[in-house]
Amino acid sequence: MIFTNLKRIIKAGFVNFWRNGFLSFSAIVVITLSLLIFGGLIFGSAFGRTLLREVKDKVDINVYFVLDSNETDIIALKKVIENLSEVDKVEYVSRDKALADFRDKWKDNTSILQGLDEIGENPFPAVLNIKAKEPSQYSGIANFLDSKSSFSKEGVSIVEKVNYNQNKLVIDRLGRIIPAVEKTGSILAIIFVIVAIIITFNTIRLIIFTAKDEISIMKLVGASNLYIRGPFVISGIMYGLFSGAFTLVLMGGLAYYSDTIIMKFAGVQGAQDFSLLINVFSSYFITNFGQIFALILGSGIVLGAISSYLAVKRYLRV
Amino acid sequence: MIYFDKVSKIYADESIALDQVSFGVQPNEFLTIVGHSGAGKSTLIKMLIAEERPSEGSVFFESANINKLKKREINKLRRRIGTVFQDFRLIPNKTAYENIAFVMEAAGRTDAEIHSDVPHVLELVDLGKKIWSFPHELSGGEKQRVAIARAIVTQPDIIIADEPTGNLDPINTYEIIKILQKIHKMGTTVLLTTHNKGVVDEVGGRVLTMEKGKIIRDDKAGKYVL
Repeated sequence: MIFTNLKRIIKAGFVNFWRNGFLSFSAIVVITLSLLIFGGLIFGSAFGRTLLREVKDKVDINVYFVLDSNETDIIALKKVIENLSEVDKVEYVSRDKALADFRDKWKDNTSILQGLDEIGENPFPAVLNIKAKEPSQYSGIANFLDSKSSFSKEGVSIVEKVNYNQNKLVIDRLGRIIPAVEKTGSILAIIFVIVAIIITFNTIRLIIFTAKDEISIMKLVGASNLYIRGPFVISGIMYGLFSGAFTLVLMGGLAYYSDTIIMKFAGVQGAQDFSLLINVFSSYFITNFGQIFALILGSGIVLGAISSYLAVKRYLRV
Repeated sequence: MIYFDKVSKIYADESIALDQVSFGVQPNEFLTIVGHSGAGKSTLIKMLIAEERPSEGSVFFESANINKLKKREINKLRRRIGTVFQDFRLIPNKTAYENIAFVMEAAGRTDAEIHSDVPHVLELVDLGKKIWSFPHELSGGEKQRVAIARAIVTQPDIIIADEPTGNLDPINTYEIIKILQKIHKMGTTVLLTTHNKGVVDEVGGRVLTMEKGKIIRDDKAGKYVL
């Protein structure tokens, strides 16, 4: 009997969904819009994270060494710095590599290369590029470097210059802005999710309001609450399923055309500055499709089912 | 079968719908309750199907005190009572067949029973050709016949018809009364409320007359005195 009842409830849910075509369509449109808010948050957070990562990656401390400093001393200093807990990575650029990089960068500009040749010797110092785990940790690393500024075997300072102080203002600002952006993003996400849930619930409540007489008739002929509520919940699940599918298609389309759209709004230079042309949305969508699929479809189904369940409840008191 | 024991109903605005009403209905009886609009007929029906609760007194269906039934027991009670309303109360997005089948499904009947009984009961009310029509495709009389078919399909112990002819023309009124009489002759108790003198004359039998929430007459032989 349980199987028969379940079959009847599912069938009734499908029939209601189909026969109330316009209402079903309206519900799907509204839930799709709500789920697009979820989708927007997913993409927005991916975009924001990429943007912040790009900005963080642009920030580092560069330690320039005197031209005649010993490479062994520099490598020794590199190892000490790498052992600091705040440090993410340290890159050593030797004098020769700095020269080679410069030549490569300006290979098409003969006048610059000629000028370099006229100097006769390698003018570039060796450099340590230090990246901290968080922008706020750069000041600590800079303090450490100041305290080790005379590091060398002979007691003579090998450090020519540490550029933290020049970049201090920008680094400090980023250290404050990035957590604030992350916090604001989380608060906005919560607000949007609540708004989406309220919109969906009210739409379904309105649909079920139109069926309140039908529900009271069912009650008066002795139908159980489960038997009355079941088909509405099934219809709610179907609204969620269709809305989820449409949302995924729209998100896929947005991901596919995202590079074109970003180029249009940010401009080629702006996009290149933050490496945004490397398919942020499309690669994120493809890489995390399983999770996005489950989240969007799951949210749609759960929203539809719970909204229907709760909305019917108030009309069952007959 | 049914007993109202000093039942009163006073609404929140202090209007009195029923005032110390007591009467009984015997099995296989055809009882007509008459009275003007607002006399308390519909309140009385609502109490029988537990749509309203009395402010005082008790309503019994066989030995069960309806006021004290739990939710699940109320559903079971309603399945034992076939109800016909003045405004038909058919489910608009279900066909005539589905409206009737729904009641059988709710009562836990098998698919085989539904497939055999629903067309049969629609034939009984002369709607065999409208089996797949939606309510908006039916006339008032046809809708009421579907409602009656829905009320009798589970072979309930009693049919309660609350002004079933109130929205119908004389011809349809006559047909509906004939159907109710036919159901009564098949052994079902019928409780009918109306303010139509012609209906009372046609039915005959016991008549309860109500006025301002009280029973003012209880006549064994059908009389409409107001």
